[in-house]
Amino acid sequence: MRNNLDIKLAFGGMALLLVMVGFMQSWGVALAILNLCLISAVMSMGVNIQWGYSGLINFGVMGFLAIGGFATIIVSVPPVTEAWSAGGFGIILSGLILFILIASIFFVHQKFQSKYKNYLLFFLVISVIPIMKLVAGPSISAIESIDAATSGFLGGFDLPIILSWFVGAFFAAIIAFVIGKVCLGLRSDYLAISTLLISGIIVSYVKHEEWLTRGVKNVTGLKRPAPFEVDLQNSDWFVNFIEYLFKGRLSKVTDFDEKIILLNDLVMTSSSIFVKLCFSLIFSIVLITLLVFSEKALRSPWGRMMRAIRDNEDAAKAMGKNVVKRHLHIFMIGSAIIGFSGAMLVTYDGLFTPASYQPLRYTFIIWVMVLLGGTGNNYGAIIGAFVVWFIWIESAPFALFVINTLMSGIDNTNQLKMHLIDSIPYFRYLMMGLGLLVVMRYRPKGLLPEKIIKN
Amino acid sequence: MDFLNAIVLLTNYIIVPALTYGSQLALGAIGVTLIYGVLRFANFAYGDLMAFATMVVILTTWYLQSLGITFGLLPTAILALPVGILATIILSLFFDKTVFKYYRDKKSEPVILIVVSIGVMFILNAIVRIIIGPGDVIFMDGARFIMKAGEFKKMTGLNEGIALKSTQVITFITTIVTCSILFYFLNKTKTGKSMRAYSNNEDLALLSGIDPTKIIIYTWVIVSILATIAGTLYGLDKSFKPLAYWNNLLPIFAATIVGGIGNPVGAFYGGFVIAFTEIGLTYAYKKFLVYLLPEQLEPSSLVQYISTDYKFAISFAILVVVLIYRPNGIFKGKVI
Repeated sequence: MRNNLDIKLAFGGMALLLVMVGFMQSWGVALAILNLCLISAVMSMGVNIQWGYSGLINFGVMGFLAIGGFATIIVSVPPVTEAWSAGGFGIILSGLILFILIASIFFVHQKFQSKYKNYLLFFLVISVIPIMKLVAGPSISAIESIDAATSGFLGGFDLPIILSWFVGAFFAAIIAFVIGKVCLGLRSDYLAISTLLISGIIVSYVKHEEWLTRGVKNVTGLKRPAPFEVDLQNSDWFVNFIEYLFKGRLSKVTDFDEKIILLNDLVMTSSSIFVKLCFSLIFSIVLITLLVFSEKALRSPWGRMMRAIRDNEDAAKAMGKNVVKRHLHIFMIGSAIIGFSGAMLVTYDGLFTPASYQPLRYTFIIWVMVLLGGTGNNYGAIIGAFVVWFIWIESAPFALFVINTLMSGIDNTNQLKMHLIDSIPYFRYLMMGLGLLVVMRYRPKGLLPEKIIKN
Repeated sequence: MDFLNAIVLLTNYIIVPALTYGSQLALGAIGVTLIYGVLRFANFAYGDLMAFATMVVILTTWYLQSLGITFGLLPTAILALPVGILATIILSLFFDKTVFKYYRDKKSEPVILIVVSIGVMFILNAIVRIIIGPGDVIFMDGARFIMKAGEFKKMTGLNEGIALKSTQVITFITTIVTCSILFYFLNKTKTGKSMRAYSNNEDLALLSGIDPTKIIIYTWVIVSILATIAGTLYGLDKSFKPLAYWNNLLPIFAATIVGGIGNPVGAFYGGFVIAFTEIGLTYAYKKFLVYLLPEQLEPSSLVQYISTDYKFAISFAILVVVLIYRPNGIFKGKVI
């Protein structure tokens, strides 16, 4: 920890960039970037734990994020009582039947001994879907038909939304356990393809099971751990606080009406900044706690074992380490962190939109963050998240600027120029790809490479 | 009569679409498997390579159409194929020289190459979207149908008809021809044999005087030809949309692994296995059963095993079953 000048430099530079955005664009934009940087940092730490600590390739990030988002719905949305009375019993019953089916599959898989075992297993597995359709079908259509335009789903448990972050982590860990059991024995490239497919399945599940998540109809107006802007604008203490804060500027205005208008304006803008600051505070607490724990873990005997497994699996096996089990654990821990950040993201957005989960945005960008920042180094994963998200947001204004300067002589109705300006959002993909290739070639260990820990 | 109707129904809704879709997957899977066999990594940029190739074909088609050149009953895009192939070959060789060669010479792990191919995927993705945009492009022209459902009904007097789109026939025939030429090349010509030798055992191939740079160039050329044909056929049959090519990559990977990764014949059959299961399991059999069963047994539900929303799940399920019971694929993988 003595020689960490590069870490300080990297974070200092990042802070400077954000402050520059604050001065040049607006503080609201700067804080919005900061908040998403913080969430992305949690995501990339999750991936870093899997890939950097133990070399597991998980291309299912999108799926775990969707699970986290789904958890916010289950935990925080108030229950829809009519839906529960219409189909709740059927759903609980079919849940029980599903449990029994899965239990019997496990029983046959582990205890049953006969030459027909595989056929029986196959028959049981394929019968799950038709049976579930038969049992749950009527209740599902009953639930979906209740007030379809505004609800049409079961709702959740009406609990504080912060709780959902932990529930999201828990759900993600359970799913990761199942996936890990099936896929972790595979070669690295098979694992990559399988996890990618599974994340596709998970997302299509949350997208199409409307009785559970409202699917493409989205859930909006979620709870918040921070105050709402409107409440702030109507509360006396906040208005007084703003009045006190901007005393100098307000005293320069003499006319009473103008003063009121200015004050209103200030209250409006500062309320949104205040809310974003609250989020930043919460997210920073999460990130720092996570960082402290991961650093501790990395330096503990457990971290040493993980690195040993990553660097030489056979040697670790020879020392009596259970590689398969350790891989499963780390896969679950990393996925839980990703699920946690998925719930954070949905909380910050205030809405759950299953259709927005795209592998490019929610899997591969996170991977670029980890690879760019530095695999195996937590600070690297965080700085990678900050840099990549910053580029992701700021590349559109930057590309516009470049196009305008390069083609300043050409007037704005020019076909080529208009076409280029229309396709500005895609320049960020170009920058991501180029950035990834350059880093992989010239700094294969990332901006902040993993330090060799001697202990 | 009912029995015939049922058969025709299945042909129209399962066999014809699955043969078309399977051909598209098979061509794609052979490309992925060749890259895996010779260059030894799973290329995630392949879907976007197909999108790029199709984009060049579309642009050339538009140019030809603006000159007033068409291909009669066949789509003009077929005339534009050579241009697309050439552009894709140049692009592939460019990326090989600037990106992949470095890691090959360093003998990096396959995981690193996967990550690098994701970088290439991002770049291709951006290029395609910047040039042609993310929206739908329909570039099919010429005759749309070879046989309409109505004509078939009139001809045979049945209740059900078979509609045969010209793109479906073109897709199937092109795939069979392309694959025959490819398999002849791999099995009978000297270059093809040296490719297989290189894929089987790199060191032995080097000892027997096979030039690896040549093999790698041949591979990229063949892969580019396959990608252009597969991409164009898919675009003609459905429509061109960059995201659709990325989504197609997953069933293509599944087909590759099912057939045995690195084995082109396996990839060919793997494509059809995936296509037939996917379409067979998502088809609603109600009408089919209505024809076959006596009236009192007629089903009230759709009799669909799984809804089309869960296409991925089918590819994945097949993948898991194959990986558990035959880890090397249905046909043994690892050798071209």
